[in-house]
Amino acid sequence: MHEFSLAQSIVEIVDESVRKNHASKVVELVLEIGTLSGVEIPALDMALESIAPGTILEHAEIKKNIVQAVAVCNHCGKEYKPEDFFSICPECGQYGATFKKGKEFRVKSITAE
Amino acid sequence: MCDTCGCGSEHDGFTLHTVAEEHSHSHSHGHHHHNHDDHPHNHTHDHEHYHDHHDGHESDKKKVIDVETDVLAKNNLLAERNRGFFEAKGIKAINLVSSPGSGKTTLLEKLIQLLKSKKKIYVIEGDQQTSNDAKRIEATGAKAIQINTGNGCHLDAHMINHAVKTLEPEQGSILFIENVGNLVCPALFDLGEEMRIVIASTTEGEDKPMKYPTMFQSSDLCVLNKTDLLPYLDFDLEKFRENLQKVKAGIGLIELSAKTGEGLSLLADKF
Repeated sequence: MHEFSLAQSIVEIVDESVRKNHASKVVELVLEIGTLSGVEIPALDMALESIAPGTILEHAEIKKNIVQAVAVCNHCGKEYKPEDFFSICPECGQYGATFKKGKEFRVKSITAE
Repeated sequence: MCDTCGCGSEHDGFTLHTVAEEHSHSHSHGHHHHNHDDHPHNHTHDHEHYHDHHDGHESDKKKVIDVETDVLAKNNLLAERNRGFFEAKGIKAINLVSSPGSGKTTLLEKLIQLLKSKKKIYVIEGDQQTSNDAKRIEATGAKAIQINTGNGCHLDAHMINHAVKTLEPEQGSILFIENVGNLVCPALFDLGEEMRIVIASTTEGEDKPMKYPTMFQSSDLCVLNKTDLLPYLDFDLEKFRENLQKVKAGIGLIELSAKTGEGLSLLADKF
């Protein structure tokens, strides 16, 4: 359940940003999560929900932008959207690709008052 | 107080135990905020600004702040500091990851026997509880420190930073970090290692790489342990090799038995 330490890191990042911007309340948090980031979204939701009371995220609506992974085949150079780390290239049918997108796990923005 | 992050002590975080002194101290991990201004690890934001929404309503007061910060930024920055320290001192730091019971500690004991005449060896042991593994390692003559993560499921760069300060590894040594037995969580946490080695064993299924692809994908080398048991098991070795290559094409695989020592020198040669 590393999602709890991830949720804790999210709270720290938001806290810091709020302080720097002299805001006091966060009404919305936008996260960016790649489909191959290794983050289990239901577990993260649960962790955020249980950690939020008493923190800066208490009243925040949490939105998640899911970033579809993009891979480039190491053999034929075809760009495709892999479902997982072992999706074969639809062009040449081989394994082995470089992942251009999909490992993101970022705090994208917050809306504060 | 911790001079890396300013965190206090005696919190519900991890604890460090050296076998020799049976000394331990607790460390806050997570429930504190890193807000000292003179410290570089806070400044990881790519870009931060805000803009007001002027739509004539209550939302006038609302600001959208572009934070654009990796959730793991603090861990990754500390990992890079650890990596810089290891590089400067010529220390080879190896992160060993696996599920529980794959034989990591036995493998380490045998590796240390092979390597200790050539290089000084240090070990950081990660477990939720007990110093059993650190005691086993110290019996081989290597210096070890135990990190107990409490309820934590992985080691992180902050814990390694503290453990290294206590261990004080010598120039040109090898530092093995035995991560908490878990093929899920440790995958996301860079510790500053030079090489991540994932260990599977023949008593597990040959589909392990497919079931835990993030871990196998993030590793630099794979070890398959307990090959001495192959005659007694239904483990399909060819299938395992195939699955591993599907998840990470080109990754090296060393098949060995820590128990009999067969294949062990192939791994020892990597250090």
